[in-house]
Amino acid sequence: MATVTQAPPVAPAPETKPPRKPRGRGRWTPYWLLLPGLLWLLVFFALPVIYQASTSVQTGSLEEGYEVTWHFAAYWDALSEYWPQFVRSVLYAASATVLCLLLGYPLAYLIAFRAGRWRNLIMVLVIAPFFTSFLIRTLAWKTILADGGPVVDALNTLHVLDVTAWLGWTAGDRVLATPLAVVCGLTYNFLPFMILPLYTSLERIDPRLHEAANDLYARPSTTFRRVTFPLSMPGVVSGTLLTFIPASGDYINSDLLGSTDTRMVGNVIQSQFLRILDYPTAAALSFILMAAILAVVTLYIRKSGTEDLV
Amino acid sequence: MKTTNDTTTAGHGGGDVRLTGIGKTYGSFTAVHPLDLTVPQGSFFALLGASGCGKTTTLRMIAGLEEPTSGAVHLGDQDVTALPPYKRPVNTVFQSYALFPHLDIFENVAFGLRRRGIKSVKKQVEEMLELVQLGEQARKKPHQLSGGQQQRVAVARALINHPKVLLLDEPLGALDLKLRRQMQLELKRIQTEVGITFVHVTHDQEEAMTMADTVAVMNAGRVEQLGSPADLYENPRTTFVANFLGTSNFIEAEVDSASGGELVLKAGGGKLVLPGARNSAPTTTGGKVLVGVRPEKISLTHADDAGEIPEGRNRITGRITGAGFIGVSTQFVVDSPVCSDFEVYVQNIDRDARLVPGAEVVLHWNPAHTFGLDAAQSLLAGTVGSAGVETVAEEVG
Repeated sequence: MATVTQAPPVAPAPETKPPRKPRGRGRWTPYWLLLPGLLWLLVFFALPVIYQASTSVQTGSLEEGYEVTWHFAAYWDALSEYWPQFVRSVLYAASATVLCLLLGYPLAYLIAFRAGRWRNLIMVLVIAPFFTSFLIRTLAWKTILADGGPVVDALNTLHVLDVTAWLGWTAGDRVLATPLAVVCGLTYNFLPFMILPLYTSLERIDPRLHEAANDLYARPSTTFRRVTFPLSMPGVVSGTLLTFIPASGDYINSDLLGSTDTRMVGNVIQSQFLRILDYPTAAALSFILMAAILAVVTLYIRKSGTEDLV
Repeated sequence: MKTTNDTTTAGHGGGDVRLTGIGKTYGSFTAVHPLDLTVPQGSFFALLGASGCGKTTTLRMIAGLEEPTSGAVHLGDQDVTALPPYKRPVNTVFQSYALFPHLDIFENVAFGLRRRGIKSVKKQVEEMLELVQLGEQARKKPHQLSGGQQQRVAVARALINHPKVLLLDEPLGALDLKLRRQMQLELKRIQTEVGITFVHVTHDQEEAMTMADTVAVMNAGRVEQLGSPADLYENPRTTFVANFLGTSNFIEAEVDSASGGELVLKAGGGKLVLPGARNSAPTTTGGKVLVGVRPEKISLTHADDAGEIPEGRNRITGRITGAGFIGVSTQFVVDSPVCSDFEVYVQNIDRDARLVPGAEVVLHWNPAHTFGLDAAQSLLAGTVGSAGVETVAEEVG
């Protein structure tokens, strides 16, 4: 209960001032903060890209030296010679991405909604592989999939290899040096990049939305299709991008787990640069890969319409 | 609601909500003690209580979102205890609305219809949006609406399904006071228009009393008292109800004699009369009774004019210690031998200038406005600061 005090005299309306503009040094603060990052990008990204661009239109040989001759045909030559590797890269990366999504989504869902007090432990387990180097992890898969090893034996006994061989994913009773091995390696290596963004976006979903959907006659499967999955789209999009982009440029998995028949564009670029020393072709291939990824990503983001999501 | 929808409503039939022995325990904690409750069809029923009293759990058990540990839920003749929420003809307006952020207002409202396989939803959704005055906002996303508008979407999304029962879980809690008042009236209007049973959970006693036909006051997992708002207010049976609904003054008294339906009680040297019908305490001579009286029933007369007080009224002497002028009335706090802070609300009709802090006064009221409670309970149950009560509705002003 409050005593009514006398109404205060009407205060003079405060003068409307335009929002204060930061003056002096304060005004430059945002730019100072940007500077280290911009410098870094300039030196280690922009300059190399320009250098590579010029390399890609050079002609010449290692002995006589290279010079810029605006030889754009290098792009066409590279593409016509190495298109199978490009197609393979996209195919392998896409397969690995789909596998990552299929494996990662249930796990991320479990961590976000069901794990309870186990949540942190499972998160640590997801991130744990990063404590070892990429190379070592991939080499470990070489042992896991080794000929006559327990995995291959089991798959053989279960006649799984017959199916995969029929599909062209494996050859004979080997897994190593086949497309399946490369895709397995890619899937394994990039799985955390799928799970983490998925988990982040699932975890943000208010569980009361599930209750509301349930209350409005949506059975659990419908709730997932109509509410949970659409709301997790930002995670799906960033997860697939974080998996697909590095996977399509990767060469270590193909190098260690594959054969000459599973060479991806990353392997071609690597050998052109480091072994054959044909820099213009290598640079042209890099640019084609970059353009292709940009195109695929742009198309994908447009299609999935994530900018519409809250 | 437009008459066109009445046919669909009729198809769902009706019936009371019956809870029989329904209870919920979490481990060793009992959220709701087994309780029986019948909500008549078409009524506006409020579950009122402080947070943690079990009201929301009870509501969620009706919705199917919480599985009861014991007992059964019936909707009309149908036992729905074992049905999952998506099979119950019941819809909920959630506390934080829980609107689907990825769908626009139209699709939010159409959600329930679409899930039941209804294809042509346009007309129904538009009518429903008209009912809640949101026709213009159909293509906006929930986050583009104000709190009050979101609240109305939540109501529309539930109501469009013509549930047998609409459950409202503190639906107005997030709104500011003015908007809340407006929405209370609006919800009441909608309920009258559609005739669906509403079960409303709230901690705001004023909200419950304004809107509901029947109020169940809950405390610590039990229904403390059930009745119409006026009945609960006038005849509280426990100090919890007396304090939780409005304000009450209590005097500890001793039974002196009982005759002709009236009890005469001794309190601080004086005598008070209490109608036997309004007493819920044991009445053996010498037994203790808590005498209660509401602040607005009491008249205040300056001690100098004590002789003008008509005979037959209960009276108490005291001294004013505080006075708060709030426009329509003045709220006095009076220190008396039987109760140290007696609250008295006096309408500002003819203000007596002598009634200022320090003045000696006589409090008097019609004995018919007195109620008697069992003295073996805490005087403070249901007041601010007592255990279990975090929020108490604003005082009557």
